[in-house]
Amino acid sequence: MSAETKKMYGILAEFNNPRELIDVSKKVVELGYDKFDTYSPFPIHGIDKAMKLEKSKLGWIVLGHGLLGFTAALSMMYFMSVIDYPLNISGKPFFNAPAWVPVTFELTILLSAFGAVFGMFFLNGLPRFNHPLFTIERFKRSTDDKFFVCIEAADSKFHADQVHEFFKEAGAAHIEEVYE
Amino acid sequence: MSKYQYVPEPALVKGDHDFASITHLVTDVNLRPTPKTWYLLMLPANALLGLLLVSIGYLFWEGTGIWGLTNPIGWGWAIINFVWWVGIGHAGTLISAILFLFRQDWRTAINRFAEAMTIFAVMCALIFPAIHVGRIWVIYWVFPIPNQMGMWPNFNSPLLWDVFAVSTYFTVSLLFWYVGLVPDLATLRDKASDKIRQIGYGLFSLGWNGSNRHWWNYEKAYMILAGLATPLVLSVHTIVSFDFAVSVIPGWHTTIFPPYFVAGAIFSGFAMVLTLMIITRKVYGMEDIMTNDHMEKMNIIIMVTGSMVGFAYMMEFFIAWYSGVEYEKAIFVLRATGPYAWAYWIMMACNVISPQFFWSKKLRTNVTFTFIISIVVNIGMWFERFVITVTSLANDYLPSSWDYYSPTIWDALTYIGTFGLFGTMFLLFLRFLPMIAIAEVKAVLPQADPHNYDENGTYHAPVEEIPEHVTVAKPKNA
Repeated sequence: MSAETKKMYGILAEFNNPRELIDVSKKVVELGYDKFDTYSPFPIHGIDKAMKLEKSKLGWIVLGHGLLGFTAALSMMYFMSVIDYPLNISGKPFFNAPAWVPVTFELTILLSAFGAVFGMFFLNGLPRFNHPLFTIERFKRSTDDKFFVCIEAADSKFHADQVHEFFKEAGAAHIEEVYE
Repeated sequence: MSKYQYVPEPALVKGDHDFASITHLVTDVNLRPTPKTWYLLMLPANALLGLLLVSIGYLFWEGTGIWGLTNPIGWGWAIINFVWWVGIGHAGTLISAILFLFRQDWRTAINRFAEAMTIFAVMCALIFPAIHVGRIWVIYWVFPIPNQMGMWPNFNSPLLWDVFAVSTYFTVSLLFWYVGLVPDLATLRDKASDKIRQIGYGLFSLGWNGSNRHWWNYEKAYMILAGLATPLVLSVHTIVSFDFAVSVIPGWHTTIFPPYFVAGAIFSGFAMVLTLMIITRKVYGMEDIMTNDHMEKMNIIIMVTGSMVGFAYMMEFFIAWYSGVEYEKAIFVLRATGPYAWAYWIMMACNVISPQFFWSKKLRTNVTFTFIISIVVNIGMWFERFVITVTSLANDYLPSSWDYYSPTIWDALTYIGTFGLFGTMFLLFLRFLPMIAIAEVKAVLPQADPHNYDENGTYHAPVEEIPEHVTVAKPKNA
């Protein structure tokens, strides 16, 4: 299929090391692109500042789940041991708060962990098995030893020629157009 | 000359490695054809797993009478094995969570491996409380789900807390492990050349592509999980110790149990990681990543936690005397001199004396010696649980009801069988999953730090700045 019949997703540039990736990310931000992403085999120290990433919202998701776990545990035990079927066990009070600490704690942790893991995948839009970048053979090395930047065609400032020129000047090892 | 010496931090990865060679080293194990040795090891592991299934099957058919339980010793090998396996599991979480919070970068070489060990050890542990109940068909009574009696579980019982603690621990460890695996599964997906692996790894890597917007949330999630797993792992063995400590049996009813159990758990878990690591790194040639420096650091942790355990043993004696309670005093004298003195002194020798050898640098950097001690420690920790469980029950308040506990062949076969389950799972793990956290090891290479590159993007290895008038100590294990 020829390039014209397909919709362009963006332009992908390959770099050799984390330093180059940070430098080019800074320039991309300076030029005012905001629909772009960088790809690396491991998280790079300082890339968040270079890309001007906002603070992750994950903490709030985890907090919500943790509170849910805490409340659910206490209300479950209250319902079962005080309301539905109170049992006198060696004369202890039905609402035996100190003895309920372990279960409350465990369920708070459990729900928070669910929040952290599934919240992270949710924020990242995963699972997503089909991505335009997966059509690029070289991109396989983004999980191995190469570093990539992709400026997406959806960006309002996107002009294919300008982006090509920019990547060339930034010293990209390879530049490729990505189609959906 | 100054009396101080500058001790350079040993490099985390030995040899001349870059990102690509790390990827290759680790993924090649999963991508190359299965070696014959793997099948040779899988055979005995499967045989033992079969033994476990037979033992459990016979137990279900015949009931707990096949075990050596008597009156008054109503708890035998099942609880001993449960506590032993759960304790072993604790090292994995300690390495992956607590060492992460303390920014101990050396953990990256062993965390995947140790977390896998945690999960399989907890699986082995969970078998025992599940099968020991006698009427297995009503095991669901331990969970808060409606049953034919219209009753709910007793939330005042430590045994119920245990159900929640261990199942939460298993679930969270599994999630933590999986989150760590996702980027590495993506690496395997991209490295694989056949369709089956591409689809298999592709499915479980959830379409991970290394996006830094994703890494940003990912690192946050990892940090939060580490923060959650840290109190969790401490709570789990605390609650396991409540199984004993909340009762009023002499020798069990002590407040030192939670910290003492946690120290013992870490002690035995690190020993198990070392046992497995020393064999695995040799077989798979991973000595560049799992180095002798790692071994030395783990030996120091074994020495510290072993000393804590030894201190707890002595403190138990002191408190028994100081409490003035006749039964408390009696049980501790009986432990050291009574019918189970042989077990007590095995425990003392293995847990208190053996880790003290690691004060010597020569011994803690010796691979063979470490391997032997790592096994000795786990023998000792098994006997610790034996001593705690059996002596207190066999010789409690009324001497007229004292009895001597002997296990049966089925006790032994079930325990040996769990090694089959553990071995099978571990071999499957080594074969199909990356045994080293690839992305994390890459991130601690000096090449990963953007500051080690100049303006033109040329890499310069970092130079250590050594203060003047200070002599440099010989590099470790040079």
